[in-house]
Amino acid sequence: MPYGPHTASDRERMLAALGLTSVDELFDDIPSAMRASPLDLPPPQPELELAARLDALSRRNRTDLASFLGAGVYRHWSPPAVDQLLLRGEWYTAYTPYQPEVSQGTLQSIYEYESLLAELVDLDVVSASHYDGAAATAEAALMTCRATRRERVLISRGVHPHYRGTVATYFEGGLELQEIPLVADGDAAGTTDLAALERLLADRDRPVAGVIAAQPDFLGLLEPMPRIAELAHAAGALFVAVVEPVSLAVLAPPGAYGADIAAGEGQPLGIAPQYGGPYLGILASTDALVRQIPGRLVGMTTDLDGQRAFVMTMRAREQDIRRDKAASNICTNQALLALAASIYLATIGPHGLRDVAALGASRAADLERALAAAGAPRLHPGPYLNEFAVRVPDAPAVHARLLDRGVLAGLVLADAEPADLSLRDGLLVCATEVTTAAEIDRFAAALATELASVGSGAR
Amino acid sequence: MSVTGPRLQPTLFERSRPGRGGGKIPHPPAGALDRIPADARRTSPPALPEMNEPDVVRHYVNLSQLNFAVDTGFYPLGSCTMKFNPKLNEWAARLPGFANLHPLAPDAIAQGTLQLLFELEEALAAISGMRAVTLQPAAGAQGELTGILMIRAYHRDRGDTARTDILVPDSSHGTNPATASMAGFRTITIPSAPDGGVDVEAFKAALGPQTAAVMITNPSTLGLFEARIGELLDAVHAAGALAYMDGANLNAIMGRFKPGEAGFDVMHFNVHKTFSTPHGGGGPGAGPVGVGEALIPYLPSPRVLQVEDGSFRLERDGERPSSIGRLRSFVGNTGVLVRAYAYIRAHGASGLCEVSDDAVLAANYLRQRLSEAYDIPYDRHCKHEFVASAATIKRETGVRTLDIAKRLIDFGYHPPTIYFPLIVEEGMLIEPTETESIETLDAFADTLIAIAAEAHTDPEMVTSAPHTAPVRRLDEATAARQPNLRWRSVPTFEMPCPD
Repeated sequence: MPYGPHTASDRERMLAALGLTSVDELFDDIPSAMRASPLDLPPPQPELELAARLDALSRRNRTDLASFLGAGVYRHWSPPAVDQLLLRGEWYTAYTPYQPEVSQGTLQSIYEYESLLAELVDLDVVSASHYDGAAATAEAALMTCRATRRERVLISRGVHPHYRGTVATYFEGGLELQEIPLVADGDAAGTTDLAALERLLADRDRPVAGVIAAQPDFLGLLEPMPRIAELAHAAGALFVAVVEPVSLAVLAPPGAYGADIAAGEGQPLGIAPQYGGPYLGILASTDALVRQIPGRLVGMTTDLDGQRAFVMTMRAREQDIRRDKAASNICTNQALLALAASIYLATIGPHGLRDVAALGASRAADLERALAAAGAPRLHPGPYLNEFAVRVPDAPAVHARLLDRGVLAGLVLADAEPADLSLRDGLLVCATEVTTAAEIDRFAAALATELASVGSGAR
Repeated sequence: MSVTGPRLQPTLFERSRPGRGGGKIPHPPAGALDRIPADARRTSPPALPEMNEPDVVRHYVNLSQLNFAVDTGFYPLGSCTMKFNPKLNEWAARLPGFANLHPLAPDAIAQGTLQLLFELEEALAAISGMRAVTLQPAAGAQGELTGILMIRAYHRDRGDTARTDILVPDSSHGTNPATASMAGFRTITIPSAPDGGVDVEAFKAALGPQTAAVMITNPSTLGLFEARIGELLDAVHAAGALAYMDGANLNAIMGRFKPGEAGFDVMHFNVHKTFSTPHGGGGPGAGPVGVGEALIPYLPSPRVLQVEDGSFRLERDGERPSSIGRLRSFVGNTGVLVRAYAYIRAHGASGLCEVSDDAVLAANYLRQRLSEAYDIPYDRHCKHEFVASAATIKRETGVRTLDIAKRLIDFGYHPPTIYFPLIVEEGMLIEPTETESIETLDAFADTLIAIAAEAHTDPEMVTSAPHTAPVRRLDEATAARQPNLRWRSVPTFEMPCPD
């Protein structure tokens, strides 16, 4: 065993102390009919060979492309300080801070995370983290049902399809989820259909617990969040805003437009894409909902000597105390990623975060112009921040051929939203502060070439 | 209230000084945000701290030093498997090809990760005896929800809709009943038998046409193998219900017991326990779920599939209508799974068997050593962990398990899990793991025995512990009654706009 300390004589000493001759005797309580068949796994690999294998596998992935893919996960500059600090064993090899006297580092860092995110979303209560943006959104939806004692939630089709799918799965236990359609055409195309929302809210026999919309929405468009909040509240429902944290440096925060709950994906705050995780589920609420929010909370208190200290608190919401009456079954969360986000925010600062958001918006405008000139105009007219959809004939094929030209041309919308025919020819593309002018030129030039060959029938 | 301890740190917000920091990101061109409608824009900037990088680094290094961690000392936290976290795994997860891969990258450019995930699924199936594995759940509790939702779908597809109950022993993790509630089931709690095992008769009495599933932790949270598991599983299946295994304690039984072979229908793995991925101060983990034949159709999407030419692809959304759907975005906590894969490959079959054998041997050795000073409620071999009790000490001296736990801190140990499982009076659940040497085990046993003696000679020293930690015991009552959950600073600084 590569990491074990025991020599043959150590094992003999331990067995002798137990009056045994073989470790097999410690497994005598497994009925003979139930003993395992031999373990069919490859032999152990020495570290040198294993490292080579892992390196070779990692190189079979291609991460050298000019990438315009976002759709919920964004490339950003993460100052090296973030990862170097995360690599301290005192952070990543500690457990949940159940013993506060020897966990003040983790506890204070979580309190600071709660405080930093509270500033960003402009709400007072931030949970210590959930699995990802999708799971946080699902927990937010369940919160609205607990708080209102209603069983029906409306979610805009402008919310990421994975998030909608996750909420639907979490609702399998007997709650009702309905989708609010998007406006089909005109100036508001691609944003939540407010008239449809009003109709869905008007059904008084099936009162709505919560309304969920995203800012920016999945297509990158800016939603009329204050108006959605008004409509939800007028029907006695809570409003859940699904947000992207970097954008909150420049976009109105959920607290400013009356959201009761904010959920979102914290990955853009210095966390690598890693093919899906681990990420950071952000979940925040107003003070009024503090007893309903699931997940750990850390508060400030004092010790016996009156020194300031931090501790997990309001634990009567949690599964290890309340069991089947708990607010959620969550136990393990994403604490290390909350720490990453905090270090990122502290390192980059408020001005830096604003620059990240504004520079991304600026690069995205450059991208819009370049793609339009190449023959791919925007699919929707409304305002966006740093992500938008473009119209490309035969988008899946063009996307595949651009890959051969070293360009990852965003997301094929027909794959993500197959039911929405208006998106059939769409590619969803984004730019951030790390997108370069050279990458934009390469994308536009390759696209122009492909579209010319499609137009001329050469392919 | 003051920050008086020599090692305690001011908060980020107290360290902030207007004008510090910068130099990370180029300034955007003037007017970059002009195209954003005014009513969608933020009017007052968030009051985030302004710091230079050296201050940030000192803040977090100094804070880290207030933590106890596996890398700093022995962490015998029962039920949590605080084994060594290999450094190769951290290196591997950070390889650019793994770390920088976007989760929606086309399959053609993600073959390395897809192959790794496919091979990891196969390895977990081999270890557990299950037929198929999903890697999607982000943690053990989400794995439980995945399993129970699959069971719900299974019964529904058979038209068997009257099954409303899930049976859970009283020694179970709190996540089990909490999961049952989330999935819309009623929890029926079954008392444990006097020998610490599942009370099979009580289970049989509670089983019926209304039972959807039972959730069993094996070895149990007392660290005991369920010797009557075969009889129990037969009864569950005879009642038409399915059996879920909470795999939190898999570290005890690799190579010795395969839940799938024994007849469990579904189980989760805690890769942050058994397969050494770090706990991160509370997370992240990953909670893959293995299933037997009956539940394969219901596995969450997307699955990782191997194509005829040997390459790999992700299942498309909606491709398999019988699926329960997705539990989270994208494919899973892939970065965590890379670490688990490296661990399994480093050990191979022989190494994983040795892990469990050594973990069980170490626990029994420690249990034997402590039996001279502590009550050991269940007089039989344990698996990878065991419960000791300070009930007698409390009766004789007034010193409680909580006090003993806090006193351990003064000697450089992390306390064991205390007062869990709930069914043992003054219990402490001790899990040494296989990566601790006999010298460490002996020194820890000597310390616990010395504290037991101290409880008689100088109880005040124990009840007022810890004495050497950065802070003393905390006022948790006020924290809960008057919650202070965020820093409130008055924004006093100007925010010059570069444009």
